[in-house]
Amino acid sequence: MLFTANVVIKLRESILDPQGKTIENSLKSIGFHAILETRIGKFIELKIDAENEEDARIIVENACEKLLANPVMENYTYTLEKHSKEIA
Amino acid sequence: MIAKVGVVVFPGSNCDHDAYYVCKNLINVDTKFLWHKDTSIEDRNIIIIPGGFSYGDYLRCGAIARFSGIMPEVIRFANNGGIVIGICNGFQILCEAGLLPGALLRNNNLKFVCDTVSLKVENNKSIFTGLYDIKEDIKIPIAHGEGNFYCDENVHTDLLSKNQILFRYNNNPNGSLDDIAGIQNEKRNVMGMMPHPERASDITLGLTDGYKLFKSVVESVV
Repeated sequence: MLFTANVVIKLRESILDPQGKTIENSLKSIGFHAILETRIGKFIELKIDAENEEDARIIVENACEKLLANPVMENYTYTLEKHSKEIA
Repeated sequence: MIAKVGVVVFPGSNCDHDAYYVCKNLINVDTKFLWHKDTSIEDRNIIIIPGGFSYGDYLRCGAIARFSGIMPEVIRFANNGGIVIGICNGFQILCEAGLLPGALLRNNNLKFVCDTVSLKVENNKSIFTGLYDIKEDIKIPIAHGEGNFYCDENVHTDLLSKNQILFRYNNNPNGSLDDIAGIQNEKRNVMGMMPHPERASDITLGLTDGYKLFKSVVESVV
């Protein structure tokens, strides 16, 4: 079965994100006062061939823990989407 | 034992020749390049992971290099007590590989900083700093965008209590936790630092405070 995983990696909450802060200040300066916080992260899309959804999740989580995210400074989240047809 | 230095070359390394030159021509020890695809460190007993932008710094600095073909051998060597020095990108690679604690974040001012900075030698009982005086101020160049050392509180407490901090910045250029510029591992055979001692070893370049680091390490082997 084919899956697409959308992985989002962000700096851990306890770590200052100067890029996010700069953007946050800019948003405020142009009037977006309702936006309370801005954090920058990375987005990684993975196409996965796996037996089932559980296997696909294990693959994504292993990839995140081994390479895609550094647990010393980052957290990851992801969503998984199953494809009904083969990806061309 | 005679010191035999191996300088690992990754695609994107750019301080490899400087490190090679200092060891080969200034310290006068047997020095060789090791290609990142090699799976052996041969007869080398000091490994230098040099500065640069291995694999274009893609994903995270050092994250891809950490899985290069030669790295399992470097990790095995380090775990058996072998001497490993990581400079700048090399420091980032050693943190990614888990040979040193912590991580290097983006500089807190978001700028790539290229400058000569003043460091304080915080520990001269290590094999890397034995020829320096304690609290000696030294001038070493830095050139990095991700040199902001970070670790959690428990790791920081360990670094302090186990005398693992080797160098601190006198004027923190990047937001580094506790002004940390260079550390060693708990077993004291692996070190990493963001500043470039290899760029401050030959008098032709104006600064020589980095020379004693290489000399200290080589003398520790002899």
